[in-house]
Amino acid sequence: MSAMLSIRDLRKTYDGGFQALKGVTLEIREGEIIALLGPNGAGKTTLISTVCGITTPTSGKVTVGGHDILTDFRAARALIGLVPQEVSLEPFEKVIKTVRFSRGLFGHRRDEALIEKILRRLSLWDKRNAQIKELSGGMKRRVLIAKALAHEPRVLFLDEPTAGVDVELRKDMWGIVADLKADGVTIILTTHYIEEAEAIADRIGVINGGELLLVEDKDRLMTRLGKKRIEVHLSEPLDAIPPALAQPGLSLEGEGDVLMFEYDTQAERTGITKLLNDIAGAGLVLRDLSTRQSSLEEIFVDLVTEGRS
Amino acid sequence: MNWGAIAAIYRFEMSRFFRTLMQSFLSPVLSTSLYFVVFGTAIGSRIEQVEGISYGAFIVPGLIMLSVITQSISNASFGIYFPKFIGTIYELLSAPVTFLEIVLGYVGAAATKALFIGTVILCTAALFVDFPIAHPLAMVLFLVLTCLSFALMGFIIGIWAKNFEQLQLVPLLVVTPLVFLGGSFYSITMLPPVWQTITLFNPVVYLISGFRWSFFDAADVPVGLSLLAIAGFTCLCLGVIWWIFRTGWRIRS
Ligand SMILES: Nc1ncnc2c1ncn2[C@@H]1O[C@H](COP(=O)(O)OP(=O)(O)OP(=O)(O)O)[C@@H](O)[C@H]1O
Ligand SMILES: [Mg+2]
Repeated sequence: MSAMLSIRDLRKTYDGGFQALKGVTLEIREGEIIALLGPNGAGKTTLISTVCGITTPTSGKVTVGGHDILTDFRAARALIGLVPQEVSLEPFEKVIKTVRFSRGLFGHRRDEALIEKILRRLSLWDKRNAQIKELSGGMKRRVLIAKALAHEPRVLFLDEPTAGVDVELRKDMWGIVADLKADGVTIILTTHYIEEAEAIADRIGVINGGELLLVEDKDRLMTRLGKKRIEVHLSEPLDAIPPALAQPGLSLEGEGDVLMFEYDTQAERTGITKLLNDIAGAGLVLRDLSTRQSSLEEIFVDLVTEGRS
Repeated sequence: MNWGAIAAIYRFEMSRFFRTLMQSFLSPVLSTSLYFVVFGTAIGSRIEQVEGISYGAFIVPGLIMLSVITQSISNASFGIYFPKFIGTIYELLSAPVTFLEIVLGYVGAAATKALFIGTVILCTAALFVDFPIAHPLAMVLFLVLTCLSFALMGFIIGIWAKNFEQLQLVPLLVVTPLVFLGGSFYSITMLPPVWQTITLFNPVVYLISGFRWSFFDAADVPVGLSLLAIAGFTCLCLGVIWWIFRTGWRIRS
């Protein structure tokens, strides 16, 4: 399948000389959900702004639905919906009017039924005649989403859509993303909540310092980089690890009654069998055994600190 | 051409105007009345006639021009500055619209508001004094062209301004003096010869003169020159705007 969004060697140097994107290449298939993770200042917003036409790229090529964002910007942008990170809305305007405006701006005919559907889906219908300034922060964020959806985009950029949003609303937002995916909308979202990426994304990209450190299938990423831990609970605490057992990855935790072994699930020999045999050989008695897989968050922190060192 | 987008911007801008309709309507009525009380009555009782026209009637075109010019500029500059200031400009920049469409929407709306206010002043003035309109079509043409060209200029100021002070700066330091010295309240033939010559470098003189001609069939400078001046000014503004949008100056980082 051809790429819905294709970014090739995209670079952006801001006027002050700061290089915010250092050659990003990324292909996104139609209907895919990709989550971009990265610390503050990584370049996530810059990447999105450049694709959407808010900042001009220094070099590189970007196409949306096959249309170049510079030479064929009208066709490219017609496909794009953007929910910006900053909540910027006309404070004195009514909710429904700003949403209608977004639709009109993209040259679409009025469609009150659609606007109503969107506002209801975002639980904004009751507030449709309220002025923006009368809304809470979370509601304003939803107005931004409503505006982006009002022109029926095929590619939706969500720049930290759930920042400062309560748990319930966040779950609700995930539901909306799932609905959009069902309609075949391609979604690119940035987030600082790893569990969010874990919950809704198909693929995950990690950006740091203007570079895309990796892009991978979420599940593969989890297994590839995922470290697994085995916890061996002993019935009698130890003072130290018996020399016969000592090996990298093994440590003594708790009150000395837990042997913690960290291993790579991808390795040829994980070393579990040997460890368990050795434990038996040393005459230790097991009380319990458990395993735990590291979360995306841990993977992410590892990657970013690795990039720094 | 994305006509839907132009209409959407125009409507959105006009809705801000309608939200404050009372204010938009009352303030020109009030200020015009004040001008007539101060200039028409107090000064007019001493001057009585300028070029055979009663002073009260003589100042009507200048008064309209003064308001229309300041209104066009402030409406258009605020109209585009505000989205920049609050950040909603992201939507314009990421929409499938050309800069021409953005300009048409904003400038069209700003010019419409100024035109409305000009009309209100004209009607208010008619309550105070009698005046002829010798060339009604030319009058409307001058008015519309003035609204448009100064709205274009306001748009440029709005893009250029980095803060609210700068937004006020050009109107305050450049436009208001030029308009006041442009013969709004006097005929330039009343000035000493040296000042008459200097005044001819003020572009607003041509506007007010032409506009006054459409009322009284008498002008300080030839009407053709007036039209040329306003056409030239419009082209200049369009040129600057074209350059701004080509380069993304102060809009796109
Ligand atoms: N207009 C600008 N001019 C100069 N530098 C900028 C501009 N916008 C962003 N930057 C710089 O570019 C870098 C990337 O910023 P960006 O907003 O893309 O980060 P981000 O990944 O979105 O961060 P966050 O998670 O905080 O939103 C930062 O170092 C920032 O200071
Ligand atoms: Mg950001």
